[in-house]
Amino acid sequence: MQSFAAATTSIPVDNGERELVAYPQKRPLMRITTRPPHLETPFSVFNEGPLTANDAFFVRYHLANIPTSIDVETYRLKIGGRVTRELSLSLAELKALAPAVEVIAINQCSGNSRAFSTPRVFGAQLGNGSMGNARWVGIPLKAVLEHAGVLGDARQVSFKGLDEPVLPTTPAFIKALDIDHAMSGEPIIAWSMNGADIPFLNGYPIKLIVPGYFGTYWVKHLNQIEVLDHVFDGFFMATAYRVPDNDCMCVEPGKAPAKTRPISRLKTRSFITSLQDGSVVHAGRRVELKGIAFDGGSGIKTVDISADGGRNWKSAVLGKDLGKYSFREWRFGLTPVRKGELQLMVRATSNDGEVQPMVATWNPAGYARNVVETTKISVA
Amino acid sequence: AGWSLGAAAAPVSITLPQETAQLRPSTHPGYVVATQMCAICHSADYINQQPGKMTLTQWTAEVAKMQHAYGAPLSDDQVKEIGEYLAITYGSEKPASQ
Ligand code: HEC
Repeated sequence: MQSFAAATTSIPVDNGERELVAYPQKRPLMRITTRPPHLETPFSVFNEGPLTANDAFFVRYHLANIPTSIDVETYRLKIGGRVTRELSLSLAELKALAPAVEVIAINQCSGNSRAFSTPRVFGAQLGNGSMGNARWVGIPLKAVLEHAGVLGDARQVSFKGLDEPVLPTTPAFIKALDIDHAMSGEPIIAWSMNGADIPFLNGYPIKLIVPGYFGTYWVKHLNQIEVLDHVFDGFFMATAYRVPDNDCMCVEPGKAPAKTRPISRLKTRSFITSLQDGSVVHAGRRVELKGIAFDGGSGIKTVDISADGGRNWKSAVLGKDLGKYSFREWRFGLTPVRKGELQLMVRATSNDGEVQPMVATWNPAGYARNVVETTKISVA
Repeated sequence: AGWSLGAAAAPVSITLPQETAQLRPSTHPGYVVATQMCAICHSADYINQQPGKMTLTQWTAEVAKMQHAYGAPLSDDQVKEIGEYLAITYGSEKPASQ
């Protein structure tokens, strides 16, 4: 029983107050919803380093019938459908199938930053903290599928975890990848996150890792894989998690898209993490700005900073390269001259040549926001 | 809220924090139906955190989405009633003069 007033924090939108609540294996995080648990990482965490601590990593479920007790001794991962032999693997058998591999990759919610959509849209009202970067260890999905023997007519592979709907009338949370992607060697079935077991609420004991892809594909408590001879038509692929079928994944604000496709790769983003709106710095004194940048898997080419509303830009110094799917840290030295308000902007360019837009794009579900961020500080 | 990781073979269990969010009270008849129906599948904070100023059309469409996409056991009349309650209590709709 909690009898004290809960700590809160806010994101800068109407109705943006969030309680800070500690869940199992987690430090206090911003509560989006209680049942099922949905928690956002407070943005200050991203200044702690390029890897997001397990106890600070955001939590997202869709359906409230979630597991609360898992026995790794009896846990099984089933593989079926268009395969030569169906499998039911214990965790020990899974780990013995192939040498373990490691990848540092960002898991970002499709709806990260949705609360900033203008006009606003229904959905989980997320600030910028529904993302995280971790070191994942597991075995390639490809190794498991090859062990089962994929038949020649395979087109997609679907993934389901232990979480279930409350009522049987609600569609199950099942996601699918194209067979070529599933067999590319990139997606992995992971059991380790930043050197420890995956936290329960992040998908213990195993989770699908899809580097470069939005979090919706990173199925938690993974226990069912099905190889399909058709394009999976379940609700969470065919109806939900779809974006306008164009490069910007956008439409004119308020309009409906004529054609959509399943959301896939992350768009290029960057953030200042060392200062927030309202931070105070001093005229004539050098500040070292710090932040992160990422894209959908080509890697970050440049990060540029503007201190004059986007007219002039100067390059930041990139930090250590932890791989093309990881947050890339950057630093930038700045000595403010004049007192008053200062608008700092950060803009990343990917190796693919994708540049963040100066004006926010819009789509009906508020997915994939990646506008150039502005941090308003004051110089005293 | 806690978790346990006992001896190697023991299951890992978690206890989740208690649910406290509640719908905003109203004398509108949709309030009673909403308190009965909306908590079947998720907590009330799903509703409480939505942006203010959503219109009657938007809130009614949102409840209809619960009925059609997620299989909420609601009649069309209940969808309309709950949509009104939500639009008046959370959104931009003015209550009808009585
Ligand atoms: C049969 C199940 C069910 C019932 C009953 C139900 N909902 Fe939902 N609702 C869902 C699911 C599933 C989601 C999506 C959850 C997620 O993605 O986190 C959802 C999400 C929402 C959201 C968040 C925005 C969005 O569109 O994702 C709102 C608001 C909402 N429901 C309102 C209501 C209201 C109001 C009622 C009662 C009239 C209701 N729900 C009843 C299943 C249900």
